[in-house]
Amino acid sequence: MSTVYALLFIVATLVLVIGLARKIAKYAKVPAPLKIPTTPAPVTQTGVVLRMFREVVFFESLFKSTKWTWIFSWMFHLGLLLVLLRHVRYFMDSVWLPIELIQPFGMYAGFAMVAGLGGLFVRRIFVDRVRYISAPSDYLWLILLGFIGFSGLMMSFVVHTDIVAVKQFFTGIWTFSGGALPVDLPLLVHITLVIVLMLLFPFSKLLHAPGIFFSPSRNQVDNPREKRHIVPWAKALEENEKN
Amino acid sequence: MAKATFDTPELQEFVDVPALEEGTMAHIKSYVVNNPDHNTDLGFPGELVDDWHEKTLEKMADLCSRYRSFQVYLDACVKCGSCTDKCHYYLGTKDPKNMPVGRQDLLRKVYRRYFTFAGKYFPKLVGAEDLTRETLDEWYSYFHQCSQCRRCSVFCPYGIDTAEISMAAREILDSIGYGQKYCNEIIAKVHKIGNNLGLPGPAIENTLEGLEEDVEDETGVVVKFPLDVKGSDILLVTPSADFFAEPHVDGLIGYGKVFHEAGVSWTLSTTASEAGNFGMFIGSYENMRRVSMRIRQAATELGVKRIVFGECGHAWRIAYAFLNTLAGPFDDLDPNYPVPQHICEFTNDLIEQGKLNLDKSGNDDMTITFHDSCNVARATRMGDKPGGQFEIPRAVIKAVCNNYVDMDHNTIGEKTYCCGGGGGLLTDDLMEIRVKGALPRMTALNNAIKDHGVTHLAAICAICKSQFTKVMPYYGMDMDQIVSVHQLVSNAIILTGQQTEEDEDDQESEE
Ligand code: SF4
Ligand code: SF4
Repeated sequence: MSTVYALLFIVATLVLVIGLARKIAKYAKVPAPLKIPTTPAPVTQTGVVLRMFREVVFFESLFKSTKWTWIFSWMFHLGLLLVLLRHVRYFMDSVWLPIELIQPFGMYAGFAMVAGLGGLFVRRIFVDRVRYISAPSDYLWLILLGFIGFSGLMMSFVVHTDIVAVKQFFTGIWTFSGGALPVDLPLLVHITLVIVLMLLFPFSKLLHAPGIFFSPSRNQVDNPREKRHIVPWAKALEENEKN
Repeated sequence: MAKATFDTPELQEFVDVPALEEGTMAHIKSYVVNNPDHNTDLGFPGELVDDWHEKTLEKMADLCSRYRSFQVYLDACVKCGSCTDKCHYYLGTKDPKNMPVGRQDLLRKVYRRYFTFAGKYFPKLVGAEDLTRETLDEWYSYFHQCSQCRRCSVFCPYGIDTAEISMAAREILDSIGYGQKYCNEIIAKVHKIGNNLGLPGPAIENTLEGLEEDVEDETGVVVKFPLDVKGSDILLVTPSADFFAEPHVDGLIGYGKVFHEAGVSWTLSTTASEAGNFGMFIGSYENMRRVSMRIRQAATELGVKRIVFGECGHAWRIAYAFLNTLAGPFDDLDPNYPVPQHICEFTNDLIEQGKLNLDKSGNDDMTITFHDSCNVARATRMGDKPGGQFEIPRAVIKAVCNNYVDMDHNTIGEKTYCCGGGGGLLTDDLMEIRVKGALPRMTALNNAIKDHGVTHLAAICAICKSQFTKVMPYYGMDMDQIVSVHQLVSNAIILTGQQTEEDEDDQESEE
C-alpha cells in the first residue's frame, strides 16, 4: 500500500511539473503581436512588476469588482499558501526557521481556507449569474479542495495522525529509503485527493495560476509610441509585402 | 425588413444588476455581407465555405499559435463571475450571453472540446461542446453584440479581455466567409477610396472650402483647411465623419482654428482621409495594417514632420498603441514629438503655454460633462503619465468653459460605460442592442442632468458622437446635447485679429 502511494505520488508530481512546464513554455512561445495593456497602465517595467505584484498578492482587480468574491477567494488563497508553507516541514529533515515560525498560523489558516471555499461554493449556487456560467467541474474543484482542507483539519484537530511516520514516508520517497504510510482514513483521503489535484492541475482552470503572468493586458508596459513592438510573424508579413 | 420594435429601458436612479433572462437578444443579428466582393476585397472567402467545420478549427489553431491573449484567456478563466455585471449590454438586456464570460464561453466551449485534454475526453464535465452550424450563428449574433469596450478586462482578476475574444471570433467567422456587412463594407471602402464614408477627394475639398467660408463669415479671419499640401509640418488624420455632419464637423472647425493660432502648417490628405480603422473590430491584423499603411504613405508623400489624430476613440487606440507596430518605424518624423499625437494633447500643450486666447463665456450657454470613450480610456494614453487620457481632455474642456461637472465617478475614467455603439455596432440593424446597451451611460448622464443641471455631453470619439445623436432621443434627450470637445474649443477661441463684440464696444485691440 505504501509503495502504491509512493508511486502515485511520484507520478502525480511528474504530471504536475511537466504538465505545467509544457503549458508555460507554450504560453511563453506564443507571441503577443500588439500592445494591449488595459490602461491606465504603468509606463515602465518596474511599474509592471508592481502591478503584477498587486494582482497576485492582493487580487487588486478582483477587489475593484466584487468585494464578497474578493474576501472569500483571498481567504482561501492566503489560507492555502500558509498551509502549503506549513507542509514544507513534512518534506525536509531540518526545518527552516521561517517554516518553523509560521506553524501556528498554518494550523488556523486551514480554517480560513475551508471557510473561503465554502463562501465561494455558496456564491456559485445562489448568485444566478455565477450559477449560469458554472460547469460541473467548477463545483467539483471547490468540493475537492474543500475535502482536502477538511480532511487535513480532521488530522490536526480530531484524529491525530502519526506525523512522524508521514514525514518519514515522504522524505523516504526521494531518498528511496522507504517508510510506511500510517493507515488512517483522513490521511488516506487527504493524500488521495491531493494526488488527484496534482494530476488534474495542468489540464484545468487552475491554469489561471501561471496564466496571470502571461496576460498581456496586465503584463505589458504601456510604451507603444516610444518603442516599436513587433513580433516575428508580423515582421515576416512586413518583409513579404516589400518583396 | 420591417423595423424592429422594442422597448427602451426606463431610466432609474441606479442601474440595477438584472436577474438573467435567457435568449432575450438571440434574435439580434446584423446583416451578413451580401456582396461577396466586400469579403474578397479583405482577403476572405466571398461566402460561407462548405468545409467551414474544418476551416474553423484550423483558424482556431492558427490563432492559438499567433496570439498569446487568445490561448491564455481561454485557459485562465475560473468562472469567478466578477465580470458578469460589468457589461453594459448585459445590464441593458438581461441576456446572460451578454455577460463577458458568457460571451467568451460561446467560443471557449468549442476551444475546450477540440483543443484541451479535459474537453476531448470529459466534455460534459468541463462544459465543452461540439462545433455545429448553430454555434456559428450564435457566435455571429453575440460577438456582434460586444462593443469591444474592455470594461470587463478592468475587473477580471486575470485581465481577461473579452474584446480580444470578440475580435478573434470575428476573425474566425470572416475566415470562413461569414462576415458582417457593416464592418466589411466599410473596410472595403477604405481600401478602395480612402475613408469609411467613401467620400472622394473632390467632395472633401468642397467641404473644406465651405468650412473656410463659414469661419471667415463668422470671425472675419481667414482660417485655412488645407488638403494634400506637400511639405506641411503636420498631417492631420481625422475620422471621415468630421467632414460630414454635426457635431463632428464643428470639431474639425475647432482643430482648424487651433492649428491656425498655433501658426503651424498642416494638411489633410485625400488618401489618408480616415482615422478610423475597422480592421480592429474584425480582429484582422492584415486589414488593420493595410488601412494603417495609407497613413504611413500619405505622411511620406507629403513629407510631413508630425502626425496628429482627430477625435475618434478606436482610431486613437490604433494610432497610439498599434500604428508604430503596424506601419512603423517613424524615424523620418520629428523626434521631438510623439508619433502620433492626439489633437487634445496638441491643444492642451498650447493652452499650457498660454498660446491660445480663450474666452470661456463662449460656452456659457452650456453645462458640460465628459464621456470617456472606451478605447481612449482603457486602451490608450495621452501625455506621458498613466491616466493622462482622463486628465488632458478634461483640462482642455475646463480651459474653455466655465461650467463643468463629472458624472458619477463609478461610470467614468477607467470604469467608463460605453456609448453602446462601438466595435462595429453602429449600424441601424443593431439599433435595439445599441439603445439597450446605452442604458448605464444614459442613467449616469440623466443623474448629472437632474442633480447638476448638465445640458451637454462632450465626447472625443466619432462613434460615440454618432451613437449618442441617435440614441439620446430614445431616452427623452435631445440629439444635439452631444458636442465635440473641439467644438467647445472653437466656441471659446478668439482668433488673432478676430473682431468680437467687446472689441467693438471697448477698445480696438490687436489688429
Ligand atoms: S468588451 Fe465591453 S461590450 Fe464586450 S463583453 Fe466586455 S464589457 Fe461587454
Ligand atoms: S472575471 Fe475573468 S475569470 Fe472571472 S468569470 Fe469573468 S472572465 Fe472569468
